[in-house]
Amino acid sequence: MTGVRTAADAQSGRVWKKPPFIANPWIRYGLIAIAMTYLYWAFSTLPFNWERVSEGLPRAARIFGGAFPPSFERGDLLWTGFKESFQIAFLATLMGVGLSVPIAVMAAKNVAPLPVYLLGRALIVISRSFHPVIVAILFVAAVGFGPLAGILTLTLYSIGFVAKLLAEEIEEIDWGQVEAMRSVGAGYFKILIYGVFPQIVPRQIGLSMYQLDSNLRASAVVGIVGAGGIGGTLMNAFGRYDYAFAFAILLMIIGIILVSEGFSGWVRKKVW
Amino acid sequence: MVDHAEKLADRLWSRYDRKEQLIRYGIYFATLVAVVWAVKDIDIFWPWVWDAPNQIQSLGSRMWPPEFSAWNAIFSAMLETVHIATLSTMLTIFIALPVSYIAAQNTTPNKVTLWLGRFILVSSRSVNTIIWALLFVAIFGPGVLAGILAVMFRSIGFIGKLMGEAIEEIDRNPVEAMQATGASKMKVVLYAIVPQVMPAFFAIIILRWDINIRESTVLGLVGAGGIGVLLQGSIDLFAWQTVATILLAIIVLVIVGEAVTSILRKKVI
Repeated sequence: MTGVRTAADAQSGRVWKKPPFIANPWIRYGLIAIAMTYLYWAFSTLPFNWERVSEGLPRAARIFGGAFPPSFERGDLLWTGFKESFQIAFLATLMGVGLSVPIAVMAAKNVAPLPVYLLGRALIVISRSFHPVIVAILFVAAVGFGPLAGILTLTLYSIGFVAKLLAEEIEEIDWGQVEAMRSVGAGYFKILIYGVFPQIVPRQIGLSMYQLDSNLRASAVVGIVGAGGIGGTLMNAFGRYDYAFAFAILLMIIGIILVSEGFSGWVRKKVW
Repeated sequence: MVDHAEKLADRLWSRYDRKEQLIRYGIYFATLVAVVWAVKDIDIFWPWVWDAPNQIQSLGSRMWPPEFSAWNAIFSAMLETVHIATLSTMLTIFIALPVSYIAAQNTTPNKVTLWLGRFILVSSRSVNTIIWALLFVAIFGPGVLAGILAVMFRSIGFIGKLMGEAIEEIDRNPVEAMQATGASKMKVVLYAIVPQVMPAFFAIIILRWDINIRESTVLGLVGAGGIGVLLQGSIDLFAWQTVATILLAIIVLVIVGEAVTSILRKKVI
């Protein structure tokens, strides 16, 4: 198709060309130059240990050779690990969702006075700024190894997420019902319970189910730094070079995450 | 009107009918049973729980005041963290785009490739970055490369899934118009599909870069480079004041990352 050009086209120079993505050529080539410089700089300053990396492929072959077939022999260990992960995720979700309700009320501009609003926002920002694994290390250092550190970590993690979205939901409620209650002389808490909460309950249930799912995922990870659950079992299997068992754990994690994602999606669809 | 008052008097308003009420009580009961089981069965040493507030407070007091003498090392570790996030996001694009192409229902060549694409996306997403890092550290040894690969492998699923959805939502008309003129498959992709998904593409990449910065801060805990290595080292040495500085640095990095992404978002989209 492209080869067919009539003499008239060539004469008038009216051959269509795709307009460039960035119109200004200086910015266009400048950005490419910046990207190239960045890549060069990054690759030349990063400490790659190429000697060690070159051993990677035979090692990978050995690891995957050891991982097949996955061994489900130590089923009881697998079961206790997952049971603990479930318990951590479940309790943390309950506590996190419970605590996130008052914090969300504090952090909603339309129902909280300004100083309380700032305090609520600060609480949310603090619990959101760290990756759960970092929080988990700190809690492990403070309260010792085991599921307690995991529960505390995931509670904080849930507050950060659920309270933030719930606060946004409260800010978007239909104000008419609150005004109606005010006009009949209801107190602050009555307005909250009968005017605000019924409007956010479906959203809250959806968020809780979503958070349960995401806590279950996270509980597999916080165990790696010693906060209980299946992550610890996985870390131990890796440490003992027991790749067949580690692979079995990984498969179970993937399977359970798929099931829990399906379940949480189903509940959310029912509620909304 | 007056006649009906008697009839209506015993008709009480209730929010739920009988069946709904039963389901609700059933759910409450199941939740209660689960709570009791979890609390009883979980392997927690209860005196530690009552002592936890004290311990947390004491850890906090050991962290105060933050110790800034190691700022040089912290700064270069931070730079490494940003490099890991940026490089892995850049490299992911080259893998995630073809995967999203075969995982989108309207562009995939056939059923087999569709399921292959979906399989890649699901397995990438179900394994957390840290677990990927654990695997790559075992293969390539501790270091930055393992971190980059770990973040990449997790990002493929994220970017691929969202891009696949963006491709599925495109307007069919430009595609059909180009096919009608006899354009080749490559040209249809380049001129009819790519321009439509470009805004979504930049939004997704920027979002993932922001997430990857957060993820990169923890990779070091399993030995995959970045600020986490320093954090783990300081915790092992009980250098709590340095730990506090590192935590502050992470907060600053996350806030800067969020600011940069919001500027980029405004500029590009």
